[in-house]
Amino acid sequence: MTVTAEQAHVGFGRRMRKEDARFLRGKGNYVDDFALPGMLHGAVLRSPYAHARLVSIDTSAAEAHPKVRAVITGALLETLKLAWIPSLSHDVVAVLATDKVRFHGQEVAFVVADDRYAARDALELIDVEYEPLPPVIDARRALDSEAPVIRDDIEGKADNHIFDWEAGDRDATDAVFARAEVVVAQDILYPRVHPAPLETCGAIADMDKVTGKLTIYCNTQAPHAHRTLYAIVAGLPEHKIRIVSPDIGGGFGNKVGIYPGYVLAVVGSILTGRPVKWVEDRAENLMSTSFARDYHMQTEIAATQAGKILALRVNVIADHGAFNNTAQPTKFPAGFFHIFTGSYDYPAAHCTVKGVYTNKAPGGVAYACSFRITEAAYAVERIVDCLAFELDMDPAELRMKNLLRAEQFPYKSPTGWEYDSGDYPRCLQKAMEIASYDELRREQAEKRERGELMGIGLSFFTEGVGAGPRKHMDILGLGMADGAELRVHPTGKAVVRISVQSQGQGHETTFAQIVSEITGIPSDDIDVVHGDTDNTPFGLGTYGSRSTPVSGAAVAVAAKRVVDKAKIIAATMMEVSLEDIEVEKGTFSVKGDPTVSKTIQEVALAAHGPMELPEGVEGHLDAACVYDPPNLTYPYGAYICVVDVDPTTGAVKVRRFIAVDDCGTRINPMIVEGQIHGGLADGIGMALMEVIAFDEDGNCLGGSFMDYQLPTAMECPSWELGETVTPSPHHPIGAKGVGESATVGSPAAVVNAVMDALKPYGVRHADMPLTPAQVWRTIQGRPLRTDLAITD
Amino acid sequence: MQVTVKVNGEEYTGEIEPRLLLVHFLRDELGLTGTHWGCDTSNCGVCVVQVDGTPVKSCTMLAAMASGHEVLTVEGLEQNGELDPIQQGFMTEHGLQCGFCTPGMMLTARWLLDANPNPSDAEIREAISGNLCRCTGYENIVRAIHWAADHPRVAEPEEVAAS
Repeated sequence: MTVTAEQAHVGFGRRMRKEDARFLRGKGNYVDDFALPGMLHGAVLRSPYAHARLVSIDTSAAEAHPKVRAVITGALLETLKLAWIPSLSHDVVAVLATDKVRFHGQEVAFVVADDRYAARDALELIDVEYEPLPPVIDARRALDSEAPVIRDDIEGKADNHIFDWEAGDRDATDAVFARAEVVVAQDILYPRVHPAPLETCGAIADMDKVTGKLTIYCNTQAPHAHRTLYAIVAGLPEHKIRIVSPDIGGGFGNKVGIYPGYVLAVVGSILTGRPVKWVEDRAENLMSTSFARDYHMQTEIAATQAGKILALRVNVIADHGAFNNTAQPTKFPAGFFHIFTGSYDYPAAHCTVKGVYTNKAPGGVAYACSFRITEAAYAVERIVDCLAFELDMDPAELRMKNLLRAEQFPYKSPTGWEYDSGDYPRCLQKAMEIASYDELRREQAEKRERGELMGIGLSFFTEGVGAGPRKHMDILGLGMADGAELRVHPTGKAVVRISVQSQGQGHETTFAQIVSEITGIPSDDIDVVHGDTDNTPFGLGTYGSRSTPVSGAAVAVAAKRVVDKAKIIAATMMEVSLEDIEVEKGTFSVKGDPTVSKTIQEVALAAHGPMELPEGVEGHLDAACVYDPPNLTYPYGAYICVVDVDPTTGAVKVRRFIAVDDCGTRINPMIVEGQIHGGLADGIGMALMEVIAFDEDGNCLGGSFMDYQLPTAMECPSWELGETVTPSPHHPIGAKGVGESATVGSPAAVVNAVMDALKPYGVRHADMPLTPAQVWRTIQGRPLRTDLAITD
Repeated sequence: MQVTVKVNGEEYTGEIEPRLLLVHFLRDELGLTGTHWGCDTSNCGVCVVQVDGTPVKSCTMLAAMASGHEVLTVEGLEQNGELDPIQQGFMTEHGLQCGFCTPGMMLTARWLLDANPNPSDAEIREAISGNLCRCTGYENIVRAIHWAADHPRVAEPEEVAAS
């Protein structure tokens, strides 16, 4: 069999994806594609009210339906002690309502039936009596003394307050503000949005009563964390739980948590003795599963008249919905929001975050936000533009004046982060060159003369990703380290097992490339195993752009260990001392005599053979690693967006988008660019189209794709990408992670561009999404609260 | 009720509930799970199949309506072991990430190229505007469709050497 150059390719670089072969043929294995023998189907009955007391539930007609096998209510779950489960943030979440419903779309009952149509039919037969209560919809009024108390299930709870958290130096910041020449304040809303992966959330639970083993097929981004949580919640021994996370049709953070539907499928399987599948529909996905953002940010910036930034202050009201189920590292209830100081050099900053309950769906870490860094990046990039507006200064000039300089790295930020590496001015300069920035400004000036609205928006973001160092970061007590196991077979092919779970990022390709780069084994000869807790090492999964920074590092270290061992075996094979061996991508040669060498494949065979090995060296060729990151990695980027706005309709057309990203080493540039493209589209969606708003009764107004607008190919321009490469000094291969960069950085560029276009109207700020209606009203001087229904 | 539908060249006859959606007929009755389901409201396009050569959202068409018609799904794109140029284009230009929108996207693109072998960027974007993708930002999908336009299938697939 001949091996092509493509098949023999070793290491980093543009490579086609291994996973495409099945996806292109319709042979992917998504959770709803599984049909187990005897499988039943579940469906959830949901609350039509945002806040109501549950008076009674009559399930008798549903139970009498000939195809119904079980009907589960909160009362039944109470007998199993499963009516409430622990949230990811030291709260509880109702699986099925028992006392009250607390948001529109909350789970009230579950039907298990022979097929999915019958399950839906039976929902119509359940009779629920509700006593409606006044809802809390506006997060800014959740702590009013007359506000109804949502969480009266918590003993002694008399308000809707969840937590207060702060970072930075309040006194030092206040002192700088008191003396500053210029202070600009702006209320900035990052409205509630939804990740809306095209595949909704779902699970099949299969309890084998003979072996006592529970297998859950679920499109989760964090299979190992799920297994441990199920063990804790259900009291099942952890070795009797297996989570299989098959191909996932997009996650973006939406598929991190455990949803009531999953628990209900498990209960359904235990009750019926048969596998039970539950896959939510689109309305359920948008109305009940993890939303993102919902941060109301009072933002203030202090500066000199000459445009030197001196301090930043942000006070946030964080709307967490009816249960605090945000997934953040334990010590960080507001995630990494305190990276809000951004990419600039100034000494003083302070933020407070006040978490509140409202009658809305819970959640709060989702949609590629890198643990609230999206909100932070938006706040600082928007307020910097507000400052440029007040100083009448070009926003690029203002940024260039304040960006951290290359010689300042590693840089200790005023809120305690240590940025690992960067050359920010070079990155912004590059973006401005690609954009022909000066020419764009000239074009804009000419258009303004003619009354045409053209806007140029910039943003510069810094993320901290790859959570994270175990001693600082855990979720529910589970440290955020990830394992990897690499085994080289006797013939020199290999398998690497990882804890993280792809939702489209191409792990089967890039993780093989990491092993290949270090061991010299062609990446086509390396199989990547993931998504099955029985067959992979423990780790916390894929979100927060952590796969490459954490799991990629674990794989790299394991590969280096394999090479170290192979070197010893090669030295033994060639009967030379270890010091005389030179290693170059899978070839072990004798120093000074390159004709004498062994390949990694030859070494692998010898490692499994009868050859006597040096003392202390075991046979076979494998290694494992649990990687505990010493620090986060800090990808960054400079984005420029160019828009045209129609003053008669308020419609925004994104004409150009330039993105220069620095994510350190690029394992597979094709995949990196694809990740950036997707995030840029997300940014256009959030900036211009997407919002989950609520009316005064608490009805969710974004419950379908007719109401929750996502960008199509028509709204997206042809992206113009550039790159700089500043490797992370502490990561084994210098990679920083890129999955969320563009989602973090792009919304501010789009909004800044639209505000720049509206500058002739004297407009400084309007909240996202900048729909035609919002832009038109902004031109009229009356922008909307986009999180609430229009009332005037 | 009884339906007879030709799917990817093969005829199926069976008893179904009159309300059965085409997407569920394909997935649950025929086991052709390459056609996905995503929204219920004809917005997302992951369920797109071709019916008599026209892209249709199979989540809003009854299986009964397909009786007597020809359906093409993603499983029918590959012919005699050779990928359709549109499949090759998606792979070469990285036109997919999670792969969930890909079957519907490719069937729409196949229809476009059959009708318009050399579409412009704007024509491609308009053609796929009923198919959402959350991963790619569409750029590489547009490139993939151009690639397929530039590499049409040779006339006789059975002549292709198995190299």
